[in-house]
Amino acid sequence: MSTNANLIALGTITRREVVRILRIWMQTLLPSAITMTLYFVIFGRMVGSRIADIVPGIGYIDYIVPGLIMMAVITNSYGNISSSFFGAKFGRHVEEMLASPMPSWVILTGYVSGAVLRGLLVAAIVLIISLFFTRIHLYHPWITLSTILLTAIVFSLAGFANAVYAKKFDDIALVPTFVLAPLTYLGGVFYSVNQLGSPWREISHANPILYMVSAFRYGLLGISDIPMGVAYAVMIGFALVLGALGMFLLERGIGLRS
Amino acid sequence: MSIVPALDVVELKKTYANGVEALKGVSLSVQPGDFFALLGPNGAGKSTLIGILSSLVNASEGDARIFGVSIRTQRSAAMRLIGLVPQELNFNMFEKPFDICVNSAGFYGIPRPIAAERAEKYLKQLVLWDKAFQPARAMSGGMKRRLMIARAMMSEPKLLILDEPTAGVDIEIRRSMWKFISGINAAGTTVILTTHYLEEAEQLCRNIAIIDKGRIIENTTMKLLLSKLDVETFVLDLARPAETLPVIADVKLTRVDDVTLEAEMSREHDLNSLFANLSAQGITVRSMRNKANRLEELFVRLVETGSTRSDKEAA
Repeated sequence: MSTNANLIALGTITRREVVRILRIWMQTLLPSAITMTLYFVIFGRMVGSRIADIVPGIGYIDYIVPGLIMMAVITNSYGNISSSFFGAKFGRHVEEMLASPMPSWVILTGYVSGAVLRGLLVAAIVLIISLFFTRIHLYHPWITLSTILLTAIVFSLAGFANAVYAKKFDDIALVPTFVLAPLTYLGGVFYSVNQLGSPWREISHANPILYMVSAFRYGLLGISDIPMGVAYAVMIGFALVLGALGMFLLERGIGLRS
Repeated sequence: MSIVPALDVVELKKTYANGVEALKGVSLSVQPGDFFALLGPNGAGKSTLIGILSSLVNASEGDARIFGVSIRTQRSAAMRLIGLVPQELNFNMFEKPFDICVNSAGFYGIPRPIAAERAEKYLKQLVLWDKAFQPARAMSGGMKRRLMIARAMMSEPKLLILDEPTAGVDIEIRRSMWKFISGINAAGTTVILTTHYLEEAEQLCRNIAIIDKGRIIENTTMKLLLSKLDVETFVLDLARPAETLPVIADVKLTRVDDVTLEAEMSREHDLNSLFANLSAQGITVRSMRNKANRLEELFVRLVETGSTRSDKEAA
C-alpha cells in the first residue's frame, strides 16, 4: 500500500481503539481513577503523613505520585492492547485485518497507538486527581514526557505479545496478576531501592519497572535511584526487542494464522 | 495476448501442524468475470483453500496468483484485489454496521469520506441501511450475512470470494442475495462461490470445480458437467389415481402413491414420448419436477467415485 493508504489504515485502527476506550470508559478509565484516589488517601494522607521523608524536603505523598502515575500507565497500556487484540482474536474480527492489504507494522503501530493513548489519558486523570492532594513540580518536562511515552510503548508491546500467545481469557489475566503487579510494587513506587540492603538492592536492578519509575520521578521531582542514561537504555532496549517480537509474530502469523 | 487469470492456483499444498493434509496439490484457474463454483463435501479442503487465498492460512507449498499477483511474494498487493465473505461471522458484534464497513475500507487505505459513501451505498443495496447505526449483535442471522457481503464490497474488489454466504438464510433473503451477487458479477467482478445449496451453484455459476479430500476431482463448465448426467428421475403428479402401473420401454416407472409416479429415464429418452405413452394409457400428468437437483446427483456420484478411488489407492 502507498504511504497515504498506510496512514489511513493506521488512523482507522487507532480511531477504533480510542472509540472503544471511550465507549467502555467505566472499564477503561474509571477503575484507575478510583484505585489511585484510594492510594492517595491511604498512603498519601492517612499513612503517608506519619512516614518519614525518603528524600529530605520531599513529602511521602510527593515521592509516590510519579510511581502511582507510572503504575496506572503500565497497567492500562498493557491491559488495553491485551484485551482488545485478544478480543479481536477471540471474536475472529482480527481476520478482517489479517486478510486486508495492511502491512504488519501498521497493525502493530495502530494497536500500540491506541494503548499508548489510553495510558496517557489515564496518566492525565491520575495527575489531575493528585493535584487534590499535593502540588506537582515539573523539573524536566521532556524527560517526563519521553519516559511516560516509552513506558507505555514497552508495555503495549508486551501486552500485544501476550494477546498473540493467549488462547483463553485467563491467559491475558495471568501476566498482569502474577508478573506485572509484583514487579510494579517492587519497582520503587513506594520506596527507594537505595533503602534496601544487599542483595535486595542488586536484585531490584533486574526489574525493568524500576528504571521507568526512577526516570519519571526524575522528570517530576529531579531525584532518581538510577542514572538517566541507563534508564533510557533499558527503556529503548525493551521497546526495540518487544517491537521486533511483535513484528515477528505478525509476519509469521504465530497464534493468528493456521 | 493471453488473458491474465483472475485466480491461478498452482500445486497448492497444506499440511496442518497436527499432520492433517488438507490440500494435496491443488491447481485451479478462474478467468476474469467468471462466476465460479467451488464445491466439495465438509472437510474437503474448500475453507483451507479460501483461507490461503485470503492469507488467513499459510500454505505449505505452491502459490496462487490473483490477477497475476502472487499471494506469497506480493501479499499486500494481492489482498488489495480480493474481497472475502467468510463462512463464520467475523465482525465485531459491538460495533455498528456502518462503522464495521467504514473501518474495513480504512484497512484498505480508502479515505473516510469515500468509505462513508460506499457504506451507505452497499448497506442500502443489501437492505441494511435502517440497521446501520444499531449494534450489529442486534441483527438477525440473515442481516449479519448480508453485512459481511457489504463489508467485503467496501474495497470494490476485482475478485470476490464467498464461502457459503447463504448458509442458514431463508429462501427470500437467499434470493435477494443471489440477485445482488449476480449484479456484482455482471458489473465485472469475478466471483468464486462455495455453497452446500447446489441449486444455488447450478443457477448462478458458469464454471465449477469439485474438491474432495484435498484434491480437485472435477473442473469444467457447469453445462458440460450437467451434460454428464446420463439418467434423470422425474416425479409425476397425476390428475387421477392410476389403476395399474404403466409400462413404457426404456423408462423405469415406480409408484410412490396412488397419484404420484417416479420415472427414471436416460437423457437420450425424450419427454414427448413419455407423455404420449402415458396419455395412450389414459394417464394425465398434472405437474412434473426433478426428483433431485441435477447438480446434486452429479456431485454425490463424483464424490462417491472419488472416495472409492481413494479407498482403492489406500488399499
